[in-house]
Amino acid sequence: MELVILVVISLVMIAAAIMAIYSKNLISAIISAGVVSLLASIIYLLLAAPDVAMTEAAIGSGLTTVVFLYALNKMRKSGKDG
Amino acid sequence: MGKRIFVIITLALFVYISLPLVLDFIPTQQLSYVSQKYVQDGPEEVGAQNLVTAIIVTYRGLDTLGEVAVLFIATAGIGFILSRKKWRKRKKRSSSSILQTGTQVLLPLIIMFGIYVFTNGHLTPGGGFQGGVIIASGILVYILASPKNKFKDFLISLTESISGFGYVLLGLLGLILAAGFLDNSILPLGKFGRLFSAGAIPLIYSLIGLKVGSELVNILKYLRRD
Repeated sequence: MELVILVVISLVMIAAAIMAIYSKNLISAIISAGVVSLLASIIYLLLAAPDVAMTEAAIGSGLTTVVFLYALNKMRKSGKDG
Repeated sequence: MGKRIFVIITLALFVYISLPLVLDFIPTQQLSYVSQKYVQDGPEEVGAQNLVTAIIVTYRGLDTLGEVAVLFIATAGIGFILSRKKWRKRKKRSSSSILQTGTQVLLPLIIMFGIYVFTNGHLTPGGGFQGGVIIASGILVYILASPKNKFKDFLISLTESISGFGYVLLGLLGLILAAGFLDNSILPLGKFGRLFSAGAIPLIYSLIGLKVGSELVNILKYLRRD
């Protein structure tokens, strides 16, 4: 049962990673990169590594996503100003 | 066309290099010598219920100091790059009332949970880094809810400096009073499994948590500045 859950999560992770690379819309690419981290943290939890899971969930899917969004916002603004 | 062939050759090389890792993989049936020593002697020597913390803070304490230093350098670099250019000021929209009200309820809870995570680092999963990041994400919610408010830069810098300095000072105290740098037995080990046990680990982890939290808040502050 656990193996099935792990395989399903891994497949969704791969799909989200491919979407993060090939998506034309940058915001949806950033969100899918965050989804990859969130699912990775679930896998860590299932593999009995709660310490790593907490770090991955907080940094990978929380702060990194927001930092990317801020950077994207800044890029757009500076592009407009010339 | 030449570029594509180059990519394919590179990928094939990667497969060739990493194939032995998959094919020759033998799952280990027992702990290696070092981990066996940690598992056997860790609870007595360090007194921490969470063995991961015992390894991160005490046995491999110097690595943690390096990680904190890396984070500090990253923050300094972001501040250096983003503060060179003057960003044009623009009007900030205030956020929705749902977010504002939600923040008022959630912010104290998130910060309290972060403090819980790093003070209980030696008992339950989690620790300084995780607690610090949770606090920083709480502050992030606050930034999103009220974009017009200003930070007290001085307070964040003061927290960061004092906690970083205290962390190194505790490590040096271990060098003087106990066996080595960042040795946790400068304080009595206490009863196994209590909140005030495992020597200096709760103190060290609280300082790491404050340091990591204030550094990440600094990164967010630099990115937010227009």
